[in-house]
Amino acid sequence: MYALKFDEKVCAACPSADCLSKCQYMTFNKIEAHEEMMKVVKGQDSRVLKDCVTCYACEEYCKRGNHPFYLISERREEKGIYTAPRPITNQWINMTQMQGKSMVGNIKDRAVSSCLIPALGGLGSGEIFKEVASALVLGAEFMCPAVHTHFAKMSVIKERLPIVIENFNRLGVKELICLHDECYGTYTSIASAYGMKVPFQPIYYMDFLLDRLKQLKDKIKPLNIKAAYQRPCSNRLIPDKHPLVKEILDFIGVELPDREYQGENCLCCADILRSVSGYRLADDVQQRNIEDMLKTGAKYCVFNCPACQSALSEKVAKKGLRPIHIIDLCKMAIGEKEREVK
Amino acid sequence: MSDILKSLIEILGDRGVSNSAEELWFYSRDPGVLAPHLPDYVVAPETTEHVQKVVQLANRERIPIVPMGNGMALTGLVIPLKGGIVMDMKRMNKILEVNEKARYVVVEGGTSQGVLKAYLQDHYPRLRHSLPDAPPVTTIAANVALHGQGRLTQQYGFNSDMVTGLEVVLPTGDICKIGSPSLGPYWFSKGPTLPDLSGLFLGWLGTTGIITKVGLKLYPNKKFRDVELFVTDKVELVSEVLYKLTHLEMLEDINVWFQPKPLMFKDNYHITIYFTGDTEEEIEFKRRMIWDSVQEFIDTKDGGFMGLQFMKERLLEMPQRGVADFADVPKGGGFEYSGPITLIEHFPQYAAKVIELAAKYNVLYASSARIISGGHSMMFSISFAFNRKDQAMMSRVKNALDEATEFALKMGGIPWKPNFMEQKMVMQKMDPNTLKLLQMVKRNLDPQGIMNPGNWEVS
Amino acid sequence: MEYEHLIEHAEIVHRCFRCGYCKFPGDYVDFNCPSYKAFGWDTYSPGGRMWLIRAWLNDEIDSSPHFAEILYSCVACDNCKDQCVFPKFKDYLPDIFQETKAGLVTEGKVPPAVRDYFKAIIANGNPFKAPQKLRGTWAEGTGIQSFSNHEYLFYVGCVGSYDEVGIEMARSVGTLLHESGLSIGILGSQETCDGNEVKVLGEIGLFSQLAEENIRKFKEKGVRKIITLDPHALNVFKKEYPKLGGNFNVFHYTEILAGLIREKRISLSDYRAKVTYHDPCYLGRHNLIYAPPREILKHIPGLELVEMRRNNVNAFCCGGGGGNFFTDILGAGNNSPSRVRIREAIETGARMVAVACPSCAKMLTDAVKMEEQEDKLEVLNIAEIVRRARSK
Repeated sequence: MYALKFDEKVCAACPSADCLSKCQYMTFNKIEAHEEMMKVVKGQDSRVLKDCVTCYACEEYCKRGNHPFYLISERREEKGIYTAPRPITNQWINMTQMQGKSMVGNIKDRAVSSCLIPALGGLGSGEIFKEVASALVLGAEFMCPAVHTHFAKMSVIKERLPIVIENFNRLGVKELICLHDECYGTYTSIASAYGMKVPFQPIYYMDFLLDRLKQLKDKIKPLNIKAAYQRPCSNRLIPDKHPLVKEILDFIGVELPDREYQGENCLCCADILRSVSGYRLADDVQQRNIEDMLKTGAKYCVFNCPACQSALSEKVAKKGLRPIHIIDLCKMAIGEKEREVK
Repeated sequence: MSDILKSLIEILGDRGVSNSAEELWFYSRDPGVLAPHLPDYVVAPETTEHVQKVVQLANRERIPIVPMGNGMALTGLVIPLKGGIVMDMKRMNKILEVNEKARYVVVEGGTSQGVLKAYLQDHYPRLRHSLPDAPPVTTIAANVALHGQGRLTQQYGFNSDMVTGLEVVLPTGDICKIGSPSLGPYWFSKGPTLPDLSGLFLGWLGTTGIITKVGLKLYPNKKFRDVELFVTDKVELVSEVLYKLTHLEMLEDINVWFQPKPLMFKDNYHITIYFTGDTEEEIEFKRRMIWDSVQEFIDTKDGGFMGLQFMKERLLEMPQRGVADFADVPKGGGFEYSGPITLIEHFPQYAAKVIELAAKYNVLYASSARIISGGHSMMFSISFAFNRKDQAMMSRVKNALDEATEFALKMGGIPWKPNFMEQKMVMQKMDPNTLKLLQMVKRNLDPQGIMNPGNWEVS
Repeated sequence: MEYEHLIEHAEIVHRCFRCGYCKFPGDYVDFNCPSYKAFGWDTYSPGGRMWLIRAWLNDEIDSSPHFAEILYSCVACDNCKDQCVFPKFKDYLPDIFQETKAGLVTEGKVPPAVRDYFKAIIANGNPFKAPQKLRGTWAEGTGIQSFSNHEYLFYVGCVGSYDEVGIEMARSVGTLLHESGLSIGILGSQETCDGNEVKVLGEIGLFSQLAEENIRKFKEKGVRKIITLDPHALNVFKKEYPKLGGNFNVFHYTEILAGLIREKRISLSDYRAKVTYHDPCYLGRHNLIYAPPREILKHIPGLELVEMRRNNVNAFCCGGGGGNFFTDILGAGNNSPSRVRIREAIETGARMVAVACPSCAKMLTDAVKMEEQEDKLEVLNIAEIVRRARSK
């Protein structure tokens, strides 16, 4: 059975306790932060175990790679503490159960993972993905189980992730283009945190996207628009990939004005927050997030995650922002998708 | 050509009568599990006078008549148990009048739910009616005649409670207006403050007369409609959750459902909560009230609200097209359900019964309950799917449904749209004086026993 | 001779719940199944047909004339396929009806009008029993040449070649395409029936013969691209001919016309008219071409396009499909689809119904007369409207 590779001494010696002192949802001074984290480390009761909203940020804040969020989730599960209500937690477990109903495309060395999200398959199409689109896989057998960290069900991840990895391996996959941060985060951050070997090379879709845009640069007509970017929680698992967003948007002529809630200070879409902490917090986070976007004068809200898109599209659209996935924005830039008629 | 056929053609014209093998075969059955019985004729009137003349003929010749809408009650109520004439009402499908200020509509006896919905949307967008989830070709008259329910039942009661007047053709052929239309041109009341004669025709399953016109209440149609889905895995909490929700007095509809597949629904009880409003503020206010009303269950982690992005469009459909889907689960084109009316606090016992029956009879189940009149009762549906090619499966479903009805009666519930055998169970359990009254009414209204015979009959 | 009732999709037939969604369009405004609307019996609806086919497969009912009439009253409009709520088999509904009709053809139990239709095609190459040599005479005086290395074959079809209203349409479309500089040629008296209706009516052997002959002819002549006048031909060329080895680039004339207008190869002046557009089933529901005809009309300055209550995917069929144009099984009563459709057109306040199919053109023209609305409404094909609006 896999165990979290966590070094107690690293936390004990940490001078900053950034994991908790920077938390956007719980308030600690530096000393309290350190104390509470040490309680979690030692398996004691801590308000962190009750109040953490599962935004993943501490995975980014910890510069020592000691996986504070995964630890919090482990402790929660050990103590039988639910984040979201129990029936919702179990619903997610049932919903993502492997049932032998997956779809596997034409796989040679490369595959493109649509996880368990059909919308990703739709995004991974057209000129940009033409060489790889036929190698799409979709289904629970290929789903990254990262979502269960939100529900403090690390046991589900430990049970299913090795099977998913093996399923890809059996297909002969050497490179896996992950169309979702959660997938890429799973095969890098989570797998490594639990000592799971990943025999294929995960490729982050934005790396692939940027490469393709460079190849197709003659087709690019700059969009000349202002946008706000909705950074998903799972990007916190792979923060080294965050700069790619600006690189891509610069390449296609999209300006990303600075805003308060960006980078490490970004706000999540609050969809999970609604289940975990109730509507008041979720509404507040969404309101602050959208107002912040509007203050920049942005006309578009750029998404990187279908779940964020689903949670926020209608709300941002009501405020006059056009919701669009970054892949679709690139398709607009190369003339594959219709630009908005002004 | 027989005299009867000639007479029918004289009344209805060539295209209004059929005794071809194909029509007789089709109209001998419904999509449920009961055995078919061939009629002798099928007729399709277009006016009340047509109906009257056919009934007069049937009286003279002592031929049974079975009126039908689309036959989607599924409990064999349109099967001509003793042959005779099946009367397809669907060609009488006009919308006769909408009184916008008084909020009522008058329709013919075969007007469909879907056509009324579309008509109101086009011409009276501020008004709506209580639309059931049955396929939209089902008729308004049939729905009220069997005490059907719809989207506004949680607020306003059974769809039959929303009747504002009737025109009926009695089994003797007399045309009768019921309620305020019997006194003047307005259709605002089915009885009160006079003796409520509508009760002689609602719930009688076509055995006391044929409804040729229905007045129906309309209600405000708000600009926005939204839905939340509360989920718990503790069946014993369901009635408490419903009590809290109904206390708000601000919800459109509440359905409670559970089913073993797809897996995402396994082991949970789902409470779909519909609410409407004219502004975003109203909607958001109601949403917050809904969440707050069940906060205690969220705090104990016993229940919570499901994210609905992928299901919302389907849940908000009216009617919900996916309701019929259950029929194809065993790839066999059929399902039937028993939907007794009962106390909400009995939910756990009924839920257990569904699962028990499904296991005992080896059939696929789904269950959905609709709250009635702010929580005074619920319709609890026990639904089993079958493959029409598998007679043994159909037989097991029938037995499971019979046992479900027995259970409902034992629990003090009332079977809804019972088939003729379930009617006998009801009559056996009924208070003897009540049964006497029922028989007296039927005998006096239908002395020849021609109206949908075999139903509400004491042998 | 006793026939065993067999069809390819027999395994699906019992799955129909006869719920009736198939009778309606997507918003339930009125019954959208032409045969159900015309006859008013549940047996004439798609669900009724499915249940009767189940009975027929189980030998509970015979291949009677009435059963045949019920089957052949289906006009193949595909509304049921779009509206059926059972995703796992809805797409096979038209196939099941067609396969059952093929069964009746094998048994020799088709209605007399259908039998006569087949006979006319076999004997004359067209259902009008008109001489083959007259087939191309519609093109006289238009300047359109016989096909010889042209970019497009302009395929006209039987209705466009022989029916009075169809001929008018063929001339206006052909002339417009020709005068706009498009390289089009026709087969003229060498053109033969495309076979779409023959297939829908279940005469698979005859259809294969017609199709194979056409494919051979087209290939011999080096045809690569085809513009059809008739959406029925578009349908069969696109969907059925490839299965027999006939792969061509097929367009409906409205698609080409829309392109010509977009590229300003046809210039238009002000033409004031209030027009409504009737979606042909074989263009709309069958082949998902809804936009180009509307684009054409919207490009005409001064023209006001108003939609009928049932439009696009919800359009109500004129009743001309499924061979009914020739067999007239639905009749001309008050609830005949074409008359219902004209009443719907009048409700829009339009003075013109634009059509894009010669069958629709004829059905609706006749319906205007039956409704006695000749002074209120004109049925005009889209190309004719464009010609009227062309700049001098």
